[in-house]
Amino acid sequence: MSTAAEAAGEKAAAAGPVLTVERLSVDFRVAGEWTPAVRDVSFTVGRGEVVALVGESGSGKSVSSMSVLGLVAGSARHRGSIRFHDTELLGLGHEALRSIRGKRIAMIFQEPMTALNPVYTVGRQIAEAIRCHEQVSRAGARARAIELLTKVGIPEPERRVDSYPHQLSGGQRQRAMIAMAISGNPEVIIADEPTTALDVTVQAEILDLLRGLQQDLGSAVLIITHDMGVVADLADRVVVMKQGEVVEEAPVGRLFAAPRHEYTRRLLAAVPKPPPPPATPPLPGEAAPVPAAESQAEADAAAEKRAALRVRDLEVEYPGRLGRKGFKAVHGVSLTIGKGEVLGLVGESGSGKSTIGRAVVGLARATGGSVEVCGTDVTGLSGRRLRAFRPTYSMVFQDPGASLNPRWSIGASIAAPLLVNRAADRTAAHARVAELLEQVELPARWASRFPHELSGGQRQRVGIARALALEPELLIADEPTSALDVSVQATVLRLFRELQDRMGFACLFISHDLGVVELLAHEVAVLRNGRLVEHGPAREVLARPRTDYTRRLVAAAPVPDPVQQAERRRLWREMAAA
Amino acid sequence: MRRFLLTRLAQAALQLFAVGSIVFLLVRLIPGDPARAALGEGATEEQVAQTRETMHLDDSFVSQYFGFWGRLFQGDLGTSLISSRPVMQDLPDRLGNSLELVLVSLLIAVTLGVLLGRVAATRADKPADHALVAGSIFGISLPVFVIGTLLLMVFAFLVPVLPPQRFTTPWEDPVTHLQILVLPVVTLTAASCAVITRMTRSAMLETLSADHVRTARSKGLAEQRVIRDHALRTALLPVASATTVELTTLIGSTVLVETIFGWPGMSSLLMSAVGQRDYPVIQAVVLAVAAIVILVNLVGDLVVRALDPRAEEA
Repeated sequence: MSTAAEAAGEKAAAAGPVLTVERLSVDFRVAGEWTPAVRDVSFTVGRGEVVALVGESGSGKSVSSMSVLGLVAGSARHRGSIRFHDTELLGLGHEALRSIRGKRIAMIFQEPMTALNPVYTVGRQIAEAIRCHEQVSRAGARARAIELLTKVGIPEPERRVDSYPHQLSGGQRQRAMIAMAISGNPEVIIADEPTTALDVTVQAEILDLLRGLQQDLGSAVLIITHDMGVVADLADRVVVMKQGEVVEEAPVGRLFAAPRHEYTRRLLAAVPKPPPPPATPPLPGEAAPVPAAESQAEADAAAEKRAALRVRDLEVEYPGRLGRKGFKAVHGVSLTIGKGEVLGLVGESGSGKSTIGRAVVGLARATGGSVEVCGTDVTGLSGRRLRAFRPTYSMVFQDPGASLNPRWSIGASIAAPLLVNRAADRTAAHARVAELLEQVELPARWASRFPHELSGGQRQRVGIARALALEPELLIADEPTSALDVSVQATVLRLFRELQDRMGFACLFISHDLGVVELLAHEVAVLRNGRLVEHGPAREVLARPRTDYTRRLVAAAPVPDPVQQAERRRLWREMAAA
Repeated sequence: MRRFLLTRLAQAALQLFAVGSIVFLLVRLIPGDPARAALGEGATEEQVAQTRETMHLDDSFVSQYFGFWGRLFQGDLGTSLISSRPVMQDLPDRLGNSLELVLVSLLIAVTLGVLLGRVAATRADKPADHALVAGSIFGISLPVFVIGTLLLMVFAFLVPVLPPQRFTTPWEDPVTHLQILVLPVVTLTAASCAVITRMTRSAMLETLSADHVRTARSKGLAEQRVIRDHALRTALLPVASATTVELTTLIGSTVLVETIFGWPGMSSLLMSAVGQRDYPVIQAVVLAVAAIVILVNLVGDLVVRALDPRAEEA
């Protein structure tokens, strides 16, 4: 496929590819042996073209892109060829490579908090990028930095130029990173998962910015992502990678309309579809911020006895340090989850959704209001009584790699709640572990394995098995699939849904992904800055959001379909402008 | 920053107050009559009575306590019971001599430690790194008095390049002063330098693979600048905190080193005072050392904060 592109490139030399990767292989030395990470990868990036390199973790997409500027860490061995115009980049001398880095090919990284140096102001870091390629005075570079910050849409650039990275929001940090990348008017911008660490609305803004800059500067963009929605939003052409190899390459329209490779098809099928874009804004009269409490009060009264979780006017305040004001993370939130129901709690980072989950299980102290689990107020329970009550509910954590004890076999981890709560003796626990492992579709004989021997998805199944060990009435799942690849996420979500159907536990499902929530939740509650913005049946809230905030949230989530996404983007722009 | 400085200064004042009170109490907790103990067996009743008066031992406990602080605020640390000289007359010189050792050693240890740590980190797992790591094990594991005694034996007696000489102040004879300064400083530097080398090495190994260092490379910065301005600069944060702790150890080691090399600093003053039960002197030296340690920690905290802009809001 890339040879076709090359042939086309040779015909019109002027319009030829700016970047040509040909039969690139990268091996890493692991325990004395060369282990391949990338095998025979070929693709091109044309002038002003946006090429997306997609794939799941371990597909080699990041390594391939880092190889372009020689930024692969550690002991790596490269073979093949990477050409920038006619210059061979592999094996290029340090000085020659340096004159290309940042000036002609620039990079944007995934997590702007760690990608920017925490001890320098963003202005200094941008000025540094300018001054290492041009003879500019300090003042001149600073003026340029302010100009660039203006260009990437950072408010008050004269003031922000002297801000340290931690003083900016996540979106602003990524904008500053982009400002640095475009400081040398590069011909190619390599963006490695530029929006993965950001909230969905911020992601929409950053993608918009990238698209605008790309059109202004005429730079080619190589974007590395795992998110098919981002691909549909931005890319002209797509290169799909799997386990270090390119499996498919196609123009974006064709790839989504008629994926040829089996893997691409599976990847596309695995993406939970975000809800359709919200209908036109409701008439002013319809826009009640919170559903009328009175009609619900009756229904609630009936549901009172049957509620698995009842949160009333919950307030959580994290105490400030001596003499400082505390931070109020949750302001008077009320929620009810009926027995056997799933409530999706959505919101952007910092909205307080995890704090609510933590307050429910007693990991964060409620400073006001009450939390009733199956009719018992747990906020006032003493340590011992709370412990006795704990088996009623359990928690599934976000990162299964970090929430399983690495020195315990997975069987021991799953058995722990049984033994701690004296719900079973060793023999009974053993049998129960086998049963639970089978329920989460893992072989029972894996009980003696350790977490590092399992994949991410398998580990999360263990996390679910552990949470279900005591047959809880209520499960709190805090972003249980956000650390997983899409195809793995799809299977874990299916499993979760089946288990929920079968066992009938109620669930507080915390997520930032509307697609995931729509798939699982009966009801949805939307949080913003610690306050409940909207609450109601999932379909209704997501299809006909009452508040602008929810509507923006729904519209910002990119869909894996270039045509639909173009329409969504138009809608989102209108909303953002309004 | 101002708020931080004010709270830290208030804390320092409180700490000094606590140390002062403890010292005051300690002297009075010693069994028997301090005056008699100070004067020895053969003292007459009159002498004891006189000493009790100069030590204000006949006043009420409360008035003694306030008197102690009152005189302290006027810069009066009392009078030596042995030499009958005001403590303030000897203390500043001795304090200066000790501080000279500590500060010169610290300066060398930090400069050399950071430099060697950088070399080790950038050549990780190469011969230079192995040599430095092995060398630092000696510095860390050998006690100060062993290093000091070894150095003294070798360079003062076996190969007398730096023979023992009478202590000379730098303004009397700078060359001689430098000569006698070498061995104690090398002894003190060895341990601290090893610790700082290790700290810098491990901190830099971490920052060298940090995302922001990769960003710096991607900008096109020269490798030397990537290492100096990005990897080393951020690695200095943990190194600075460790150095503050190390400095307190250094002050402790100075007591031993001064004794080994006959350096007329605080420790010999303290040693003789303890031997002769010269309570006012003990009291003064302990207070002075405590004040230095508190001050050093305060400065250390300020340096750490100055290095890390994130500390401002935390």
